Amino acid sequence: MKKLINDPNDVVVEALRGIEAAHPELRVDHESKVIYRGDAPKRGKVGLISGGGSGHEPLHGGFVGLGMLDAACAGEIFTSPVPGQILAATKLVDGGAGILHVVKNYTGDVMNFEMAAEMAAAETGARIVSVVTDDDVAVQDSTWTAGRRGVGVTVLLEKIAGAAAEQGRDLDEVAQVARTVNENGRSMGLALTSCTVPAAGHPTFDLGDDEMELGVGIHGEPGRARLPLAPASEIASLLVEPILSDLPFTRGNPVIAFVNGLGGTPLIELYVVFNEVQKILGGRGVPIARSLVGSYITSLDMAGVSITLLRVDDELLSLWDAPVNTAALRWGI
Amino acid sequence: MSENVTTAVFEQWVRGFADLIAANREHLTELDAAIGDADHGSNMDRGMKAAVAALDESRPPTAGALLTKVGMTLVSTVGGASGPLFGTFFMRMGGSLGATAETVSAGDVAAALRAGLGGIVDRGKAAPGDKTMYDALAPAVEALEAALTDQATLATGLKAARDAAAAGRDATTPMLARKGRASYLGERSVGHQDPGAASVALLLDAAADAAS
Repeated sequence: MKKLINDPNDVVVEALRGIEAAHPELRVDHESKVIYRGDAPKRGKVGLISGGGSGHEPLHGGFVGLGMLDAACAGEIFTSPVPGQILAATKLVDGGAGILHVVKNYTGDVMNFEMAAEMAAAETGARIVSVVTDDDVAVQDSTWTAGRRGVGVTVLLEKIAGAAAEQGRDLDEVAQVARTVNENGRSMGLALTSCTVPAAGHPTFDLGDDEMELGVGIHGEPGRARLPLAPASEIASLLVEPILSDLPFTRGNPVIAFVNGLGGTPLIELYVVFNEVQKILGGRGVPIARSLVGSYITSLDMAGVSITLLRVDDELLSLWDAPVNTAALRWGI
Repeated sequence: MSENVTTAVFEQWVRGFADLIAANREHLTELDAAIGDADHGSNMDRGMKAAVAALDESRPPTAGALLTKVGMTLVSTVGGASGPLFGTFFMRMGGSLGATAETVSAGDVAAALRAGLGGIVDRGKAAPGDKTMYDALAPAVEALEAALTDQATLATGLKAARDAAAAGRDATTPMLARKGRASYLGERSVGHQDPGAASVALLLDAAADAAS
């Protein structure tokens, strides 16, 4: 294992110190491992809180700031934050207009956020609504599994719901916007290499030099199939087709196309993939209204890509275009 | 049967469980590596060490308060799914015994375990056969209840519960996982023992030892 770390056990704590030093507009509660806006709590604004295991940066801490999240809770690497952290975040950003929890659909995350919401409601009286993202089409959505995993849509949701909250909309409206994003977005990922968790010191799974894992999860969960390595055109098709067949993406209905790197893939390769994606969508008459290309929800050092398509209308597009000022996304300011 | 189960017995149970978790830490992590995310042993060990440290700092006077404290410590230190599940289990047990009750009967212990099991179902929505900790804990609770109905002592009843938990743990191996990260594996989860069920077997092991 080659990593830019000191003690594997100190990675999260030291990264939070670095984030605080690099971004003076943010505040960090080191005891609770919460990154929050320097101007929090904003009176009368719905507070957006997310969080999850660390190792997916810039998700979620990189999305704290104007027009996006009010706070992000950092768990241990690939381990959900605990209720006390989420409770602390709730107290830090509660501006009296209620709190929206954005939770990725993993068993641990859902349970810890659920307990935190119960504790926060009892302790502070704050009204809390949770929206769970579950956009990964690689997992069959059935009562026989923990359900689909929350992946790329989470980034788009945090941006769009964050804009709605910044406009001063109330909790029910912001939550509805968030649900709309989750319902209209689908994703799928592919790994070229495994990630390596610092404390483990070895790759999470074995993948041959000539193999790729289709439908991989952001913690290295196994996907739909292990296939021989293929060119980018084929990979784009393997990822886009299951998305297109999962939701009706109709001719003329615009989308936000999000090509995301999983941590160890260079931007130039993501653009090669984006070029393939636009060809496929162009062939189907699905216009790309906006795009996002880069590594925004990662799996440590995993090489690979995920594709997210979100059906949008003018309302969602105007929220997407609204000003955002965070460490990882910044425009319109 | 009017035996009084002292708070010291519960403390010994918690400490014994922490020791067993520490001794089996690598084994639990290996079980989790096969069908989960390879952190069950280290997460449980971190949590139970914190629980023991909390008891070292101050031991609550009643069994109910002690178990509640253990549960709250687990919730705030373990993370993942195991923190809320084991934490809720101990907190519900504590709530069932009551924070102020000074005497605890064998029947109270069985009722508390039943309440803890209910907490796990509420939190995790697990059903029998889902390949989870429920599959080891439910038969253990039933075995204790049956033994007490037959006028057995708590020590005898918990030995039966220990055996039932071990059998329940072993029975998870051929099951298809329907909850948690293991469920993503579908058929590939078959043939692996559930790590949560393995921890529950250690929990009942410690309970039987503490009561004997």
